[in-house]
Amino acid sequence: MKINPNKCVACGNCTYVCPMGAIYIDPVIHRATINRDECVECYSCYNGLSQEHLNPAFVRFVRKTFQKLRIRFDPEPDVCPTGAFEPDELTWPRVVRRAFSDPRVPHESTGVHGRGTEEVKTNDVSGRVKVGEVGFTIEFGRPGVGVRFRDIEKMSTTLARAGVAFEKKNPVTSLMSDISQGKIREDILDEKVLSAILEIKVPVARTEEIIRLVKEVEKEVDTPVALGVGARCDEHGEENVVAPILEKMGYNLARAKTNIGLGRITNVEAPPQQVQETVGAAK
Amino acid sequence: MTNTLHRFGPAESFRDDYVVFAIASRGKNEQGALPKLRRFLEMAVPFKPVNLGDAVHGGALRPCKSLNPTSHWNREEKPDFQAVINGLDSQCTVAAVFDNRVAAEDFVKAVREAELGLSINISTSIDNAEQCCFAAGIPRHSVGYSLGFEGKTEKLPDDNVMMLSTMCGHGMVSHSLAKKMIDWVKEGRRTPEQAASYLTRFCSCGIFNPSRAKRILEAASHGEHI
Repeated sequence: MKINPNKCVACGNCTYVCPMGAIYIDPVIHRATINRDECVECYSCYNGLSQEHLNPAFVRFVRKTFQKLRIRFDPEPDVCPTGAFEPDELTWPRVVRRAFSDPRVPHESTGVHGRGTEEVKTNDVSGRVKVGEVGFTIEFGRPGVGVRFRDIEKMSTTLARAGVAFEKKNPVTSLMSDISQGKIREDILDEKVLSAILEIKVPVARTEEIIRLVKEVEKEVDTPVALGVGARCDEHGEENVVAPILEKMGYNLARAKTNIGLGRITNVEAPPQQVQETVGAAK
Repeated sequence: MTNTLHRFGPAESFRDDYVVFAIASRGKNEQGALPKLRRFLEMAVPFKPVNLGDAVHGGALRPCKSLNPTSHWNREEKPDFQAVINGLDSQCTVAAVFDNRVAAEDFVKAVREAELGLSINISTSIDNAEQCCFAAGIPRHSVGYSLGFEGKTEKLPDDNVMMLSTMCGHGMVSHSLAKKMIDWVKEGRRTPEQAASYLTRFCSCGIFNPSRAKRILEAASHGEHI
């Protein structure tokens, strides 16, 4: 993303809306400026700010006049008065930033928008997490801090050493150069993104072990980590296997995402065996 | 997308926060899903959602790319549900947000009867979701628990800012803007409704809950922590 200096009037509205705090008013040129190393190309400034297309010279004159008279101009806080933001032509590896940070862009590897993961949201048709298994989503950088892939790799290599398999349909997995070792492509390790998710699946018996492992690595990672734990309910809709483990570990379970099992496999080319398996499970 | 999972706050703070969303799965049921996703959105409107959206175009209150300067004095703050429905042109996650249990339960019942065949999820407190399923006579299929935030939590802002900004799990609602809106309400420069609207426009998939935001902004402006 870039800001056209001929249009910018240094109103400062954009400095507040950047989730990374990467926009500031440069005191030398008196224009909003983007710290490119911190910018994650989320497009929140470009997509989230409404735009007026006022004459920049006129707006600067009005602002200066008001400032001299010590009059507080109180415009809308979510508007760029001159439409000064202009998207960059992103090339590799910087384009990775946008793929992981702008939720409107679907991930090529999964076709899913946002962070590109389905997790247990589609478990009623995917059968991704079965009875006796636990699906983990280990998310880095959220909320509003960001993460570099180098930090994510600290976790992925540790998990790989523990013999954990990564979800294939996951955008981070698709960027691994060696999945068996959890190694991420060298050329993107310093790229910063708003957030990214590692997805793994293990038998229920390993739940506590994995959480303790994640907690150890969290100490070396320079960003918050949000853990999600997915489990399959029984035929009565009860989940009395994983929750007790989490509660025993001291977690106060407050919020969850609940798949209510109304999904059906309807694609004509879906393998008949899978149809049988998941349709039965969804009941 | 764990977009709705990690909303910050105690379970009680989700009493007015029910996100119901529909998603098709690649290779399983995405063929012909578009009209079903649109039907999901249409079905939500009679139950008076507080937001409605799709993952590509955003929610029912959107930024404008050619704003009239007079809008500084008469800004449109009403959600436009029909624009969301009409604008859905590709398969993506669609969501409806409700601020009360009765509406959420009734909507889930209606979705069940419609037999759309899409995966439907409810994101709220664990108890709220269980009650919704019970009311609709649906056993839960799977559950994704949020264990909250760990690691370098010292980099995170205070609770009120967290509750506001995490309502867009994609991170499009910045901590700075959430803090600024709390301050503006505190100073009397904007009403909680107006401040909630500004924040809502930044959420790019329509799952931000302006009703809960208004309540948090009101409380935060009085120095309360929920």
